[in-house]
Amino acid sequence: MFMNEGQPWTKLWLWLDERIGLTDIVKLVKKKEVPVHRHTIWYYLGGMTLFLFMIQVTTGILLLLYYRPSAEEAFESIQFLMTSVEFGWLIRSIHSWAANLMVFTLFLHFFSVLLLKAYRAPREVSWLSGMGLLALTLTFGFTGYLLPWNELAYFATRVGTEIPGVVPLVGPFLRRLLRGGDDVTGATLTRFYGIHVAILPALTTLFLGLHLFLVQKHGMSVPPDVERSGGAKKMMPFFPNFLLRDVVGWLTALAVLAALAAYFPAELGRKADPFQPAPAGIKPEWYFMFMFQTLKMLPSYILGIEGEVIGVVGFGVAGLFFFLVPFLDREEGQRWSRVLTRVGIAAIAFMIVLTAIGYLVSPTK
Amino acid sequence: MAEAMLGPEPSRRNFLNWFLSTTAGAFLLSVIYPVSRYLVPPKVEESTSRTVTLSVKPADVKPNSGQIFRFGSQPAILVRTPAGELRAFSAVCTHLACIVQYRQDLSHVWCACHNGHFDLNGQNIAGPPPRPLERFTVNVRGDQVVVSKGA
Repeated sequence: MFMNEGQPWTKLWLWLDERIGLTDIVKLVKKKEVPVHRHTIWYYLGGMTLFLFMIQVTTGILLLLYYRPSAEEAFESIQFLMTSVEFGWLIRSIHSWAANLMVFTLFLHFFSVLLLKAYRAPREVSWLSGMGLLALTLTFGFTGYLLPWNELAYFATRVGTEIPGVVPLVGPFLRRLLRGGDDVTGATLTRFYGIHVAILPALTTLFLGLHLFLVQKHGMSVPPDVERSGGAKKMMPFFPNFLLRDVVGWLTALAVLAALAAYFPAELGRKADPFQPAPAGIKPEWYFMFMFQTLKMLPSYILGIEGEVIGVVGFGVAGLFFFLVPFLDREEGQRWSRVLTRVGIAAIAFMIVLTAIGYLVSPTK
Repeated sequence: MAEAMLGPEPSRRNFLNWFLSTTAGAFLLSVIYPVSRYLVPPKVEESTSRTVTLSVKPADVKPNSGQIFRFGSQPAILVRTPAGELRAFSAVCTHLACIVQYRQDLSHVWCACHNGHFDLNGQNIAGPPPRPLERFTVNVRGDQVVVSKGA
């Protein structure tokens, strides 16, 4: 070893090593290598998302110390946090911005894995657990949005919980289950709070554990075009080379977060009132904008079926399609595989265009 | 060999497997059933009132304007048409349940969430709403506005 016998640190190391097997862990870390090729940059996105998630866990726990989950107190407790608690504005703004950045890096991670076909055998379960994490993250975003109990949150939740209500047969039951009643009320807020701070973190821990374990087990996937040209020419040790590059990214992200939180602190708006009309210009979080805009543009009836049913069921089918991609794309280099790549690119284009329309079109038109 | 010819005989192992798996199944059911029932919120008594007397006076509602009022647990909208007639509708948009508002510049009812338009009879005239707004009956009794559901 690199340490001198007899030093206190060495003694502690040896003592711990005998009991928990530190040498095995060191061996494991040293063995891990990352392929170097022209797509290596995409390998950093998973770690970046994980880093932002850790920020969410930390700031989320801090917010719990002041937040009160009821329709009567939620808005006021955040008002207090933003105005009276020292650095309360900072913690909440970082939580809000890191959530947005995390969804953004997660989408990039998702699409890069999709287009580089990293879901191929034997990584199907890595893909499925990743899709689970994507769904959990979006649910985190949706439930967290309601917690300030402001006007925007109230209507976003009214619409958002109405959407599963559109699903044929089980819809009305699902809507009641989500809302904790027939309408969006304080019961919904309490329910979303429980989901946001207990159920989702527990599930995420399970899915994340599986996801990370599988990444260790299988190593990084080498994209098909690199494989065709003879595989990665070089490997980079994970520790410390790759990890240090990771850290550069994380520190940059932290600096961006601090700047965003300081210059664009999270807003609170007006308290939710179930007996006020939806304000003009109401919109969901940007990552739901493409769905929102689609629902806005669909006509009331398509071939005799209500437009929103077509929209909601359509998004459900599209989600299922992406979930099952590893089982649909089994013959590398075949026409069908190239079609799937185009479907992925079309999905990205659709999301970007619809999101842009959502932000550019006047809300009253 | 003899056993195979006689066909499968219930062995002690089979019995134990059956016994353990039904026990495990029953245990799981006895956990899942109460938890799933617990998750479904209980029915709350809906206000059955079919009539509501508003706190606004008829004269306070100017022509070409509208305002939200409570009809039981649901929001509803009281509209005075540019011609001066009072009308009331459910304020819950038939698309995705946002609360509608009166647009003075368009002189009709509008939903801000997905740009749905309803005329002064509650008919869906543009945008994604699939059905008209439910219409209520408005009666002016002296200084009071009384809104009632159905005939």
